[in-house]
Amino acid sequence: MPWPDTEAIVGGLRKPLRASGLALAVSVGLWAWFTAPLMLLAPVALFAVWLIASTQGRQVLAIAWMGIVTIPQRLGATSVVLVGIAGVVGVCVALQAMAEGFEATLRSAGDDDTAIVLRAGADAELSSGLDRAAVTLIAQAPGILRDDRDVPIASAEVVVVANLPKRSTGTDANVEVRGVGREVWLLRRGVHIIQGRRFKPGLRELIVGRGAQAQFRGATPGSVIRLNNQDWRVVGVFSSGDAHESELWGDAESVGAAYRRNGFQSVTARLVQPQVIERLAAALTHDPRLRVDVQTTRAYYGKQSQRLTQVIRGVGTVVVVIMALGAVFGALNTTYAAVAGRSLEIATLRALGFTAVPVVLAVMLETMALALAGGLLGAGVAWAAFNGYQVSTLGSNFSQVVFQFDVTPALLLQGVQWAVGIGFVGGFFPAVRAASLPVIHALRAQ
Amino acid sequence: MKYLPLLVAALLRRKARTLLTMLSVTAAFALFGMLDAVRVAFEAPESLIGIDRLIVASRFSIIQPLPLGYLSRIQSVAGVKAITYANWFGGVYQDPKNFFPNFAVDADTYLAMYPELVLPPAERKAFLDTRTGAIVGQALAEQFGWKIGDKIPLQATIFPRKDGSNAWTFDLVGIYGVSDPALRGLERQMLFRWDYFDEGRDPRYRPGTVGWYAVRIDDPTHASRVAGAIDRQFANSADETKTQSERDFQRSFAKQVGDIGLIVTGIMGAVFFTLLLMTGNAMSQSIRERIPELAVLKTIGFSDLAVVGLVLAESGALLVLGGVAGMALAWSTLPAVRDLSAGQLDVTMQPQSWELGLCLIFLIALAVGLPPALKAKRISIVDALAGH
Repeated sequence: MPWPDTEAIVGGLRKPLRASGLALAVSVGLWAWFTAPLMLLAPVALFAVWLIASTQGRQVLAIAWMGIVTIPQRLGATSVVLVGIAGVVGVCVALQAMAEGFEATLRSAGDDDTAIVLRAGADAELSSGLDRAAVTLIAQAPGILRDDRDVPIASAEVVVVANLPKRSTGTDANVEVRGVGREVWLLRRGVHIIQGRRFKPGLRELIVGRGAQAQFRGATPGSVIRLNNQDWRVVGVFSSGDAHESELWGDAESVGAAYRRNGFQSVTARLVQPQVIERLAAALTHDPRLRVDVQTTRAYYGKQSQRLTQVIRGVGTVVVVIMALGAVFGALNTTYAAVAGRSLEIATLRALGFTAVPVVLAVMLETMALALAGGLLGAGVAWAAFNGYQVSTLGSNFSQVVFQFDVTPALLLQGVQWAVGIGFVGGFFPAVRAASLPVIHALRAQ
Repeated sequence: MKYLPLLVAALLRRKARTLLTMLSVTAAFALFGMLDAVRVAFEAPESLIGIDRLIVASRFSIIQPLPLGYLSRIQSVAGVKAITYANWFGGVYQDPKNFFPNFAVDADTYLAMYPELVLPPAERKAFLDTRTGAIVGQALAEQFGWKIGDKIPLQATIFPRKDGSNAWTFDLVGIYGVSDPALRGLERQMLFRWDYFDEGRDPRYRPGTVGWYAVRIDDPTHASRVAGAIDRQFANSADETKTQSERDFQRSFAKQVGDIGLIVTGIMGAVFFTLLLMTGNAMSQSIRERIPELAVLKTIGFSDLAVVGLVLAESGALLVLGGVAGMALAWSTLPAVRDLSAGQLDVTMQPQSWELGLCLIFLIALAVGLPPALKAKRISIVDALAGH
């Protein structure tokens, strides 16, 4: 009963050429699979045709089938590989879905049709400041769309942070309160009241975003929120499908007064058409009375998500690589055991005249099929458990941004890609081992 | 000791299996080491340093400053021994990617309040004497290659200068270290003088206010009483305060970033569950193969207990060797992670992570070893030798 000794694993230190050849083959295979999986489609299709059409191909299928139908006999060991790979894929998909969701939430808050004006040097609305004179000048700048009463569609906004207890922890968290101008409804056309009504300008009334309503205690219509020691009534809930859903909105003048502010943080304006952004930026930045930065909201919100998504993606990749290594070791262990357990059958096949190639391919096919199943399981579990899962984190305005995990088809595919990669490595070495079993020894060992 | 050769023989019986199992244990614990270091860093170190300090900030929101006039009123509260104040500046050095905390402090009282920042006396004096002076931590100075005497320009993001520009320049007069390696995170800060900052800032940005006060109290057990007394002073004023212990203050920040603990626990749960299955499977396979040998051992007089012990020792050895190697790997790669992330992800494995890791090793070894051990205990010699 030959179980490989260490020599066999490394492909035999005595045969360094073969070992490095195998390692090279694995690296090339993995590299191709992870960089350009689509490039492999044609070879894979050819391979499938070969499997069905040629004698050797049918031999491969026969041997692989033998392996697959005997899986129930090795259920314990096999399910370990399955669960291990499912775990890697699940964690991979969940972490990437978190990054994806955060990015999508902020990205969709911006577009090319609206521009945001901040004080020069400010990296977020919270650290920006514009006085009344500046706000008036900005609203009259060229390129800003006007409504049917010839009023520029621009909203000078006050952005402040309030403390509200989070539903999940009960502890205070920072909530973004945005005081908006009267034109905001024409400016942000994706905003809809889904419950209650709009706030009335001049009153201490707020509407809350759908995300904020879900995350913070007291952010529901009818309840009263204290902003800077004043009572504000929540009168409605709005949806926007983007980062604004994490916010509380009120009338800019009233919010400013509550926080004893006489200025604003930003001006967001609707452009006549996307191309005028350059003209608007030139006009405002060359105005000696102003010190401002002008950018499209797409550029602004794109920047806001960059840092966190980079961190999540980086950490996620490290975690998944380490987990995948662990899973590869597990898969190797199990496949070696499976090959060892079937050495008699394999040796018999070889004695009957089967060549090494079908044996190698069959073992690999079997492991990769197992890995694929594990990958689908992991991806499925991640999708069922996390798609739409709502969380919040500290955004660049120093307040909570509510977002949902976004398990996209691309991420699911990526997860399956990892699974097949693990199966490839986990099956390759044992497959080579199976093919190089000395037939006589294997037959005699029984 | 006399069982050691047996144990070694058991492990070397299938070298490949032992090696692969051990490597998957190593991978799992390497991941554990790194993630737990992150978790610990986010949950603020459990040290005694700063246990007698309270932070007084605005009750309404983090962005609301407090008047400087509160200084003497807080000082007069019974139980308050010392006080200092600071203001977040949020300046950017060259590129937003180079993020590090920088804030304005009242030089003399701040250094007295935070004795864990160790500054040579001459540099301390220079800081007190230079209005435009700034001090930075050792780690930060190394990262940017700063030396004493350098001029450090920061681009303001929140506070423009009186002339409207955002360019603030500071003279580096001191480089501090920390008294305890666990506090190395503090070395990535830049501190400069509040009086220079307050005079220089645009008058529309509320001069005469501070971001927060830090207070030292005479007895940490009175913390909540003193905190209550401070907050009552300012109740119903325009600027109400919220006083909490320094650690709670830090934790409330970490909590807002998100439940890092939950994410780490989730990932590690998945990893350890798989690990349990994987090593458990390898162990039970190895025992199954050796049933005749175990029967021989029993025949020649090994007690049931000794056999159980042998099997448990085998799983223990696998877990301990693999697990400790993994955590050592994590411990030794974290500095590389810090360098790769330009200091942004600067965590080290603390003793508590090692303790938790060792506990986990022990528990998993037990969970993995016990079922095959009991099986080995139950085998009947006659059946096993007969090959049933």
